[in-house]
Amino acid sequence: MASVDTTTNAGQLLAAASGGRRRRGDRIFSRTAVVSAVTILALLAGVAIFLLSEGFPALTASASELPHDKTFVDYVAPLAFGTVLAAALAALVAVPLAVAVALFITHVAPPRIALTLGYLVDLLAAIPSIIYGLWGIFVLGPAAVPVLKWLEEHLGWVPFFQGPASATGRTMLVAGLVLAVMILPIVSAVAREAFAQTPRRLQEGAQALGATRWEMIRMTVLPFGKSSVISGAMLGLGRALGETMAVTIILSVSGAVTFNLISQANPSTIAANIALNFPESSGLAINALIATGLVLFAITLVTNMGARAIIARSNQE
Amino acid sequence: MSRSRWLVVIAFAAVLAVGVAACGSSSNESTGSGGGEVSGEIAGAGSTAQQAAQEAWIAEFENENSGATISYDPVGSGGGREQFIAGGVAYAGSDAALSTEESELEKAEKRCKGGELIEVPDYISPIAIIYNLPGVEELKLDPETLAKIFAQEITSWNDPAIAKDNPGVELPSTRITPVNRSDESGTTQNFTEYLSEVVPSVWKFEVSGDWPVKGGEAASGTSGVVEAVSAGEGAIGYADASQAGELSIAKIKVGSEWAEPTAEAAAKIVEESPLDKELSPSKNTIAFKLDRKTESQGTYPIVLVSYFIACSKYGSASEAEAVKAYAEYVVSPEGQELAAEQAGSAPLSAALTKKVTPAVEAIEAG
Repeated sequence: MASVDTTTNAGQLLAAASGGRRRRGDRIFSRTAVVSAVTILALLAGVAIFLLSEGFPALTASASELPHDKTFVDYVAPLAFGTVLAAALAALVAVPLAVAVALFITHVAPPRIALTLGYLVDLLAAIPSIIYGLWGIFVLGPAAVPVLKWLEEHLGWVPFFQGPASATGRTMLVAGLVLAVMILPIVSAVAREAFAQTPRRLQEGAQALGATRWEMIRMTVLPFGKSSVISGAMLGLGRALGETMAVTIILSVSGAVTFNLISQANPSTIAANIALNFPESSGLAINALIATGLVLFAITLVTNMGARAIIARSNQE
Repeated sequence: MSRSRWLVVIAFAAVLAVGVAACGSSSNESTGSGGGEVSGEIAGAGSTAQQAAQEAWIAEFENENSGATISYDPVGSGGGREQFIAGGVAYAGSDAALSTEESELEKAEKRCKGGELIEVPDYISPIAIIYNLPGVEELKLDPETLAKIFAQEITSWNDPAIAKDNPGVELPSTRITPVNRSDESGTTQNFTEYLSEVVPSVWKFEVSGDWPVKGGEAASGTSGVVEAVSAGEGAIGYADASQAGELSIAKIKVGSEWAEPTAEAAAKIVEESPLDKELSPSKNTIAFKLDRKTESQGTYPIVLVSYFIACSKYGSASEAEAVKAYAEYVVSPEGQELAAEQAGSAPLSAALTKKVTPAVEAIEAG
């Protein structure tokens, strides 16, 4: 909102200064803006229509026609579960870490270190997901094996660490951690921008009243940045939900619905399942895969709408 | 300052020019040496298993026939058959012969209207059982034990069922991690086919390109399986024999012998198998019903057989000519040798070549 207001103000000033030219400039600007907005909507609608029309045959097909003789709901449920589990795990790890990193950069570190660190965190976002995938199976997975064994032995009573521990490390826990690293830069960039814009006078006021640095952050910076952190987290969650390549490579999938994070039997995710099975699929199996894509689309939509609702409510308070 | 920059630019341009010139001259040479008899542009699609072999064949064939352009899209066997039937591609590669399901075979015959359907095996690959068990260099498994391991009924390496076939081998109590493909594949299809045909009493799961047992370690692609087996102590998996790398390969019981996935043994089982009458309606369709239960010495029953599917007549003479020349090259001893070198497949045996060659020669060029 704020940026739109400034543009209009600037436009009016410019128009006042340069007389006749303003009309054409304004017209071109407003038309380009409208066309861009409509293009976005059309693209979104196009994708939704594609998913609906191509997925429809699978949605209406009987169980015996679909691959594995399962109804579509039975087919997609474990995948949706895996998708949400992996993304939730990633967000659970990444969001607190990202907030901490953002606070460190904006309020703790000396400026030079802050700048370098900010740059390095942003760089994480530039690494292609397939590289993360390879890193996951060649480095993090094998390195995690002893940790997984330890978790099974000592925390085996927790459902998450029931075991048996995987011998290769290609588990939901490792996949979730890799996803966490992947979404970290997005969440932290959004949080950083918001924290940096906390009004100085609020911060100074808090400190003048005798607040320590942590109290100042808790009372001014965090409340100010709250809605941005939430929207950053949702952006990250969106990426984690749809992440394909890294999960495809890392996760050992076997369709099991389980909260056990350290065994070789993990639920697949929708995106990874499409990537794995599309090449050798034909006929109705392809429709079924596209229909699972529609479900993913719906999950992402619901997540984003939920985020909007949370932000709207927290802004009202 | 600016002069030195110009020098750099000129030097760079010169290097580039020399490079381009070199490329040009080398391609000229190859057209000179190649016969260049066949021209025409054909497209194929299908099996991903054949991809490496097809790429090698295409490179060599185009080298010999400078006028020909051939492409192969590894969309998967099912997709390849579909595209062939729809007339989108001139030939298809498929890990399974055209089936009577959904009257696929009939539709394919119809696609070749005015001509005949041609289907021949062009790619045979033994599937190795690879394992990672430090200290155990030789491992023998009978089909029943193998099936029980992959059905997750046998879960530790010192199980008596494994021990009885491996006297003198010290088997650790390590947990067995069976590794399967997470993507749909012809390798899985053939492996499950073997298990269900040979030990139906143990293997009650469906035969499918999509691994039917839940709870195992799953990895994508042959390389993924090899990587997972290498990384996991106690892991066992199945993969194209050529991709096994440093991993140990288990011997499988065939009759009273212990067989290894060699090229000869793989070709031999195909040679000894009868034709599938239903799927081979004419003399130019050669679809095997693999005799996986064989007890014949020197055979290895876990193999993947992939087919080359084409028509005997095409709309244009140059297309027919190109398909014919390419198909003949693919099944020729030279073509098979090249695939063995580049893709690690088992070349068609002499007897098979003799059987297959007349079928591809039936394509009417010109």
